[in-house]
Amino acid sequence: MTSAPARSARVRPYAITGGRTSSRRPLLLETLVSVPGFDRAVYQELVAETREIYVLCRAVRSIAEISAGLGIPLGVVRVLVSDLVDEGRVRIHPSPAAAGAPEHVLLERVLRGLQSIQP
Amino acid sequence: MVYRASSPELSPSAISTKMVVAGGFGAGKTTFVRSVSEIEPVTSEALMTEASAGADDLSATPDKVMTTVAMDFGRVSLDADLALYLFGTPGQDRFWFLWDDLIRGALGAVVLADPRRLADCFPAIEYFENVPDMPFIVALNCFDGILPYGIEDVRAALAIDPEVPLLTCDARDTASAVYTLTELVRYAMNLTRDPVFA
Repeated sequence: MTSAPARSARVRPYAITGGRTSSRRPLLLETLVSVPGFDRAVYQELVAETREIYVLCRAVRSIAEISAGLGIPLGVVRVLVSDLVDEGRVRIHPSPAAAGAPEHVLLERVLRGLQSIQP
Repeated sequence: MVYRASSPELSPSAISTKMVVAGGFGAGKTTFVRSVSEIEPVTSEALMTEASAGADDLSATPDKVMTTVAMDFGRVSLDADLALYLFGTPGQDRFWFLWDDLIRGALGAVVLADPRRLADCFPAIEYFENVPDMPFIVALNCFDGILPYGIEDVRAALAIDPEVPLLTCDARDTASAVYTLTELVRYAMNLTRDPVFA
């Protein structure tokens, strides 16, 4: 994956978000976002950056990957994803804790996963 | 980089977790992330005003200067539906406040240290010592495989708690970087199990 061309800070990114700088949801950098069922009509309705996010999230992506892939600053991505969730366009995958995994169970899964990596 | 036979595409039921790779400028953070990642490490940008970055006082300047700060990260699939993200901390000290965002929800952190410039990792160690419930280990990135001092001398120099794991690694080597992460997980498991350390 290569980063999209960097956008100049001069585009005033928070113009995209209507001046909002924080999202209403706890979106961590690694929080996964996906489009449950891609809808062409929704795609037509959306504009600019929200449309780009909608398209990109046909495959599961993290907030950080959305930011890097589209060249949009993290704070802006958080606001726009939060809007898309409110509108039911995208879903946020639960954090491991919210998915009901106690921490030691998660750590054991991570350990097993790391040990299975073949360089 | 880690190459998998399976597609790196994440499953629709995937969940994610995160670890942080910290350390001084040039300690090998990006190299470490690259060694473990199954995607080409990418950069995301946070945008802030210079004023919020704690730089020179710009209060006299009504037009705040916007700046961006880059964070490198990578990803590795640990399971069909479990993705681990690795984030390298921004090198510049004036972006400390970004670390709070970066580490939120992290399983733990690896502080990478260049044995030739040990002092460069002091700020990172100090930072993690002050974060409650955030396990961290220190890994000496020995580029040539040689540590010029005894590891306990290094521990003394770093003044870290005796229970904080201190090991050597080669950030360029996938097996070594992955092993370093497993040591972090084992340490985190001990802390979770043993309330004395919690």
